[in-house]
Amino acid sequence: MIYDALIGPFTEFEFMRRALAAVIALALAGAPIGVFLMLRRMSLVGDAMAHAILPGAAVGFLLSGLSLFAMTAGGLIAGFAVAILAGVVARSTGLKEDASLATFYLASLALGVTIVSIKGTNIDLLHVLFGNILAMDDQTLLVVAFNATVTLLVLAVIYRPLVIESVDPLFLRTVSRAGGPAHLAFLALVVINLVNGFQALGTLLAVGLMILPAGIARFWSRDLTKMICIAVVAAAVSGYAGLVLSFQTRVPSGPAIILVATMLYIVSVLFGRVGGIVRQLLPGRHLEA
Amino acid sequence: MAALHFHNVTLGYDRHPAVHHLSGEVAPGALVAVIGPNGAGKSTLLRGIVGILKPLDGTIHLGGLDARDIAYLPQSAEIDRSFPISVFDFVGTGLWRATGLFGGIGKAAREKILGAIASVGLNGFENRPISTLSGGQMQRVLFARVLLQDAGLIVLDEPFNAVDSKTTADLLALVKRWHGEGRTVLAALHDMEMVRNHFTETLVLARGPVAWGPTAEVLTPENLIVAMRMCEAFDDSAAACAADDISSRAA
Repeated sequence: MIYDALIGPFTEFEFMRRALAAVIALALAGAPIGVFLMLRRMSLVGDAMAHAILPGAAVGFLLSGLSLFAMTAGGLIAGFAVAILAGVVARSTGLKEDASLATFYLASLALGVTIVSIKGTNIDLLHVLFGNILAMDDQTLLVVAFNATVTLLVLAVIYRPLVIESVDPLFLRTVSRAGGPAHLAFLALVVINLVNGFQALGTLLAVGLMILPAGIARFWSRDLTKMICIAVVAAAVSGYAGLVLSFQTRVPSGPAIILVATMLYIVSVLFGRVGGIVRQLLPGRHLEA
Repeated sequence: MAALHFHNVTLGYDRHPAVHHLSGEVAPGALVAVIGPNGAGKSTLLRGIVGILKPLDGTIHLGGLDARDIAYLPQSAEIDRSFPISVFDFVGTGLWRATGLFGGIGKAAREKILGAIASVGLNGFENRPISTLSGGQMQRVLFARVLLQDAGLIVLDEPFNAVDSKTTADLLALVKRWHGEGRTVLAALHDMEMVRNHFTETLVLARGPVAWGPTAEVLTPENLIVAMRMCEAFDDSAAACAADDISSRAA
């Protein structure tokens, strides 16, 4: 009975196995990125970037139909353009990154909507907006796995400057020129993972599998390494449970995954070891030293 | 080690000078206090020296020092104290020059980091997240990082602000140790008593240089009054600077 509910769907249906593989790949790469987004106070930047890649994906869709590969390429180009332009303007003028990004993503969004309304229909764009993790073909799954691998490799390379830049950017500037490139590489990783996520969750929810697990991890550890591990596990568990939920109840898969993550988030906010509400209300007697 | 040279240096923001036509030289191994009222350009000068602010005019010669041979402790560090990093890891970033992107932290390096933390009197704090430190403890941590940077030129911007006397004494002892090791130390300071007692050379800055030389000769009431009189506001409609005119006035 429990086997039928929790494991059966995956042994029985290939599309469920593909979906599970995809969601685990997304968790492995996206959650660490989400942790850094959160710690750098850029959580909403992820959301803005998700809007920025939408037009690129739409253009890809218009040019070559419902090819996930073309939409990915389009999304990557639009996302990179916006991320890098915003980063360069912020770094060279002293304008705050969020203001600079807001300008560019709004421009990108307007441009994309213009292109779509002039040229296309918007029926299949629903697919882009909300994704469909149950429709993964081999090629798409490989793209997702490839992007996740690239993300982890690049993150390993820029990890040290990224951490130092997050804590003390001025110090990094005085000892090294790695800060700028590391920051841009990080923005690029954000884009790659958003594009990666929108095949499964759609552009609007893709950022959810990055930010929610990071928020969860924040309530369970004060240590960066542990936070990243917790975030990955939380993302993978949400993915798996969301797929099961979606299979059993016909809730659409993308929202199901994010809703499960939201449940975990609420539990963490209430009962988390680090700053959880219950723990704050019932802190226990104060210590001796 | 070579000297630090300023050739007619003007540093500023938006074309408005904050340090105006400064020329001079800091000998290797000197212990220099930079004093002046708020807005005199002390921080600006130090930022120019470490290279995060480009001179509007003139040149600063580091005398062959690489940018990484400079350890800089800013006045209001842009440190995100909420970031989950331990004292040990934070101080360890001072080894950047040796480790770079990938260099491992081996046994010797760990010893060095622990040694630096001990030198600033923070034994037992190694695994504490930096978010749990007090202001004075954080300043000790920053000094520990400067210590690890092992730099030929050490630039401290008001390092003893909001720090109690015990901590000040401990950190001042470190500054003197660096001086004893032959490193060049520049510090922006407000405590005249400390400058008089511990710093051999003093630069009185009030946008332009007011006086520069051995502390005993420079730190006179007359010089300080001249410095205090300096006007603080930028003149929005200031004309382009006629350099000769100004430098004769400064002299």
